[in-house]
Amino acid sequence: MAGGAAPGGSVQSKTYREARGWLLLPAWVTLGILTLAPLTIMLVYSFLTKEFRGGVIWEFSLDAYDQFFFDRGLFGDEPPRIEWTYIGIFWRSIWQAGAATILSLLIGFPTACFIATRPEKERTLWVFLVTIPYWVNLLIRTVSMKFLLRDEGPLSDGLIAIGAISEPLGIVNTNLAVQLGLFYSYLPFMVLPIYAAVERYNFALSEAAADLYAPRWTVLRRILLPVVKPGIVAGCILVFVPSLGSFLAPDLLGGAKNFMIGSLIEEQFKGNAGNWPFGAAASMILLTLVLILLIASARQSQKRDG
Amino acid sequence: MPQDREIAIEVQNAVKHYGTFTALKTISLSIRDNEFFTLLGPSGCGKTTLLRMIAGFEDVTEGAIYLYGDEIDRLPPHKRPVNTVFQNYALFPHMTVLENVGFGLEMLGKSKAEARARAGEVLEMVRLSQFAARKPSQLSGGQQQRVALARALAPRPKVLLLDEPLSALDLKLRKAMQVELKHLQRETGITFIFVTHDQAEALTMSDRIAVMSEGELQQLGEAREIYERPRNVFVADFIGDTNLMEVTVDKVEGSRAQCHLGGGHKLTCDSVDGIGPGAKVHMSLRPERLFLSADPVEAESLSGTVRETIYIGTDIATVVELEDGPQFTIRSSNSTRGNARVFEAGTPVAVNMEMGAARLLVD
Amino acid sequence: MAKPYDLRRYPGFFGITILCLVILYAPLAVVAVYSFNASPSITIWEGFSLRWYVDVFTGPESAKFKEAAWNSFIIAIAAATTATVIATLAATAVLRTGKFRLRTLSVGLISLPLMVPEIVTAVATLIFFNAIAFERGLMTILFAHITFCIPFAYMPISARMQGIEASYEQAAMDLYATKRQAFMRILMPLMMPGIVSGFILAFIISLDDFIITNFVKGAGVETLPTAIFGAVKQGIKPNIMAISTLLLAVSILMVAFSWLIGRRNQVEGR
Repeated sequence: MAGGAAPGGSVQSKTYREARGWLLLPAWVTLGILTLAPLTIMLVYSFLTKEFRGGVIWEFSLDAYDQFFFDRGLFGDEPPRIEWTYIGIFWRSIWQAGAATILSLLIGFPTACFIATRPEKERTLWVFLVTIPYWVNLLIRTVSMKFLLRDEGPLSDGLIAIGAISEPLGIVNTNLAVQLGLFYSYLPFMVLPIYAAVERYNFALSEAAADLYAPRWTVLRRILLPVVKPGIVAGCILVFVPSLGSFLAPDLLGGAKNFMIGSLIEEQFKGNAGNWPFGAAASMILLTLVLILLIASARQSQKRDG
Repeated sequence: MPQDREIAIEVQNAVKHYGTFTALKTISLSIRDNEFFTLLGPSGCGKTTLLRMIAGFEDVTEGAIYLYGDEIDRLPPHKRPVNTVFQNYALFPHMTVLENVGFGLEMLGKSKAEARARAGEVLEMVRLSQFAARKPSQLSGGQQQRVALARALAPRPKVLLLDEPLSALDLKLRKAMQVELKHLQRETGITFIFVTHDQAEALTMSDRIAVMSEGELQQLGEAREIYERPRNVFVADFIGDTNLMEVTVDKVEGSRAQCHLGGGHKLTCDSVDGIGPGAKVHMSLRPERLFLSADPVEAESLSGTVRETIYIGTDIATVVELEDGPQFTIRSSNSTRGNARVFEAGTPVAVNMEMGAARLLVD
Repeated sequence: MAKPYDLRRYPGFFGITILCLVILYAPLAVVAVYSFNASPSITIWEGFSLRWYVDVFTGPESAKFKEAAWNSFIIAIAAATTATVIATLAATAVLRTGKFRLRTLSVGLISLPLMVPEIVTAVATLIFFNAIAFERGLMTILFAHITFCIPFAYMPISARMQGIEASYEQAAMDLYATKRQAFMRILMPLMMPGIVSGFILAFIISLDDFIITNFVKGAGVETLPTAIFGAVKQGIKPNIMAISTLLLAVSILMVAFSWLIGRRNQVEGR
């Protein structure tokens, strides 16, 4: 997730200047010890040698990254070839997260627009309606989705009963189920920033465009969409990033065939079969991807504002 | 159905309801080809609603609107050959000035090159060529205003609608833009429909003015006519400063009416149709058409006492209280050559009026 | 009468909004309905019954779930409280002590847990506890929760504090209050709605967490999400749906509560 805690506009007061150090200390200590230090140690672990029962041996090694990118045969003595398995898992994750993001955008944008153009009193209620499900435990939401979608589930049975389909739905354990699960997990993150942008949008711009002979959908494409683009970009990032590393939706809805990054990493730390340096390396690669994305979008928005 | 090429916009019995609220009550008016026409009134009088109905942003509850003889009130805004200068300009923030100005032509299906060429031409006309590549946010308020104007003029609309376009500018810039707008209207020969709540602005710029209040047309006429011969209390009060007094009509002779004020002072007023002897009506006296003297100079002079003298700069205003109560404001030009004698508060004076200064009004 | 040409309305957008709400609520509604099913099968409806709710509290798995629920609750309370205190102090430092060099960096550090994917945080935290040989258990869960709760508590608190003009405290000090008194008597009460929503947000986020907890919990220690996940892995059973529905009700109560506070907040602001 990105954005979140913005520094906030102007510094209004210096009232507690002398106490600044004491006020900041708890946050720095907690986050320093429990976020910065672990990320650093994770980076270190990714360059260590694996121990077979989980954990590491303190010996420098590039094995983890090597294993991620190259295949050297069963005994490690063949000339290196590109190893597609893990790149493939990353690629599938990106693809799945991207599809979920597009799905969220297709549903979320019209929803956000509709809510933002309601009379002011109604808007809070609509926003409330869209956000309530987000407050329900993610695990429970994902389980509910599975319950609804499974063969013999209410949706499948219902569709058979009205004669829309003759076979059970067969949707669970497919890519589509994972995408639906991700879409369902993070949809409010798409709706809220777009809603905020459209609410600030001055509809006189739409009128000006119509006055200058632009038909309705041209107004949407040429004026509304470009003007609220920052909101759309923010929404896409807020859905894409957590989808990329998600674990529950692929695990519960995707099954073994639809393995994503989250499951790949999780597997390295479960039981005795794991490979900690490899898990740390995969985490580092995921983190790098996400940070590149966040920095690029921050650059973009800085350029726009400047 | 009107076919007259001399009539740019014909509004016939237009009514506008918002639910149970009536914004416009049956308005009919004709706006001539090539005129600078102003819709004037306080906020909430329905002037902007009428403008937006012509532009196509509000539907017409009842009635019809014709543009050079063609009924347009059912057309969506993008099919009406009229363009609007919006109150806060509504410049597209993500496009350059040139792209903004060329947008309408592009939407009309003109080629990119043609749109650019025409946009450049119009920018030249409003003297903004050097800003063509800028974004609207990089321009000053006055420059943004001119871009909005250029954008609306670029597609050569049949009628240009201006929705309080000068209200966001400071006084000096506003005065300059008033002159520029007037010139542009002459130059382009396009009919301008201008909405404002500023009566001074309306008087300065307009060929004809429609004064509106509470969704009704109060008076339509040339600027001079509206100021000098207001038809009713609202118009007299809204346009310029005036002294409004209640009078009783004694006798009507042609265009003259003999009246008296509450205290019995006798006056001769300009009469209006429909006001007969015995009527209790209002009378308007413009402060600049009154003058003061130490002693009465004519039979109808009113005597009173100076209460206050207000220095305005160009003028001096004197508030005089008549013996039996009512107060008058008298304005005289602040020049040594004129009759600008300043009377101290407490001085007894006589209030005299020019012929035809007092005008009777319907309510 | 012609339909007005309204550029705010796009045909179909209302339909999509309804579709959106149906997608959001259908799964939850279905689970809530089936939690009242009398049948031990999750597929066949056999009439209304509360037996699975009874089962949750007295059934063979009830001890396990009770302990997990208790752990979840204790951790959520402790983590949300600590995170709220830390966030309140940090927000005061960022917004009430003038400009300083580490300001942007501090805000960046506070929002860091929001930017790092959860699974990465989970891995890093696990490795960290392993590296310093800290035994995994309730404490490791608590520490991890405090960390990722801080930014969620910080957001509403700093938003609220930005809306409070410095003149209030200045007025208090002008009236002979010390800085401590100005903070406790003026700033804190004004910030209370922000602090309460920050706490609620952190509480829900803590209650919600699965991935990080799953990594840092010790063997045999369960929170409600990890316990449910373990049970679901063996197939969805009716008692799971009953627990889910109970949690759903708790969430909705919490949101309604924070919404009411937010509304009071707005009314005061006007």
